[in-house]
Amino acid sequence: MNVRSAIHFAATALAFTVLTFAGAPPAAAADTVDPVADARAFKKYFTDKFPKVKLEDFVNGPYSMDAGLHKQWEEKEQFPPYEFALEKGKEMFSKPFKNGKTYGDCFPNKGIGIRQNYPYFDEKDGKVVTLELALNRCRETNGEPPFDYKKDDMAALTAYMAFTSRGKAMNIKIPNDPRALQAYQKGKEYFYTRRGQLNFSCATCHVQSPGERIRAEVLAPALGILNAMPIYRSQWSGMGTISRRFTSCNSQVRGVPLKPQDDEYRNLEYYLSYVSNGLPISGPGARP
Amino acid sequence: MRIDMLKSALVLALLAAATTSALAAGSEADFKAAYAAAEAANKEAGTMRNQWTTTAAKLASAKKEAAAGDFDKATASAKEAEALAKASIFQTTSEKTRWKEMEIR
Amino acid sequence: MASTIRVRATSRGEITEVQALIQHPMDSGFVKNSKGEMIPPHFIQQLSFQHNGKDVFLADWGGGVSKDPYIKFAFKGGKKGDDLKISWVDNKGASDTTTAKIQ
Repeated sequence: MNVRSAIHFAATALAFTVLTFAGAPPAAAADTVDPVADARAFKKYFTDKFPKVKLEDFVNGPYSMDAGLHKQWEEKEQFPPYEFALEKGKEMFSKPFKNGKTYGDCFPNKGIGIRQNYPYFDEKDGKVVTLELALNRCRETNGEPPFDYKKDDMAALTAYMAFTSRGKAMNIKIPNDPRALQAYQKGKEYFYTRRGQLNFSCATCHVQSPGERIRAEVLAPALGILNAMPIYRSQWSGMGTISRRFTSCNSQVRGVPLKPQDDEYRNLEYYLSYVSNGLPISGPGARP
Repeated sequence: MRIDMLKSALVLALLAAATTSALAAGSEADFKAAYAAAEAANKEAGTMRNQWTTTAAKLASAKKEAAAGDFDKATASAKEAEALAKASIFQTTSEKTRWKEMEIR
Repeated sequence: MASTIRVRATSRGEITEVQALIQHPMDSGFVKNSKGEMIPPHFIQQLSFQHNGKDVFLADWGGGVSKDPYIKFAFKGGKKGDDLKISWVDNKGASDTTTAKIQ
């Protein structure tokens, strides 16, 4: 082979090599969904950002971000505003349906101390099932009308169920099922996607700006953000569920909210709960 | 002479009336077209699961203004609603890839 | 009907610290419901705490106090085992009362 064709050959070979390398890594990154790595990175991000906050305290949201707020909250927790809803929830939970069955019949362990396992991926359904969804399905299966997902009765029920799980670590499982991984990934995508005319994503407030203020409110970190749900929010003068918070956050950034328990919200809850695995359930909670 | 004057006055009046109604009818047609375009864009944003509350509000005020007969204003509102809807579509499309920039890794 | 008043009174030396949570809508009369109708005013007007028959805390409230009000105050002279009586009357004439023991 003469010099010229050798150079030509080498150049072509080099070009092919460069193309191959340039092509491969991005494709690999896009295909791999690694929730374990995500969760680790998620926790590291927040513990690095707030080195003085203990991991389990992240579940207290804005109260772990501001000393003054923390003091007020400690006092308030002696006589928490969610007490009435909690009591109501306990009564409702034990009262049988018209057909004689109870909520306990729909859940493992009679529905006591299981909140930390929700949401879960239903492999039969191929979708994420949240606690709120499971409760309404339980009602409908037993001939009762479903509750509004956002407040009142649903909030009272989930308040009681959360209370029976207080202190238990969030324990969300992602089965080895590509549909489950996809649901998780979709939830993650939703979390970071900007929406609404104000062009905010969930991350804009809860990843970029925890501890800072939006108007008069101190923003909570995304880590452990669902562990205190449902909450009595002073701003609402009442209780609100995860559904209430998701829909109201949407409208607050001037995005038309989806319907409670739409796939996007279920997937979002799945993602957010999973990356907070290990943090204790603190619900029901109180917030400003 | 007077009858001729009256006749021409009548013709002028009729012409004026015809022109005015032609203008008004044009505005309403413009509004209808603008509103339809805005609604279609907003509907598309809906299929992409990202409609803006401000788009819905603008569509509502466009409708209200049209009902009150102010078609110029209504058309302007409808056009703004369409712009808002299109912006929401743009946001959804670009965010399909841009969301990764926010991701904690 | 269950009491609307939850109270905890703790004595620490000379001082008794009282916390109470009262369940009440406390509608100011200036808020509209989802149908656009004004929700009529419905709030506690008088609140009293009595220790051994003597008033230790009196409040005259209006519509500016929020729903499910929380009260915290301290007074001198109470001791463990004493009775603390709490009563409220609202603008509709409804009332509730409860007695708790100082701990």
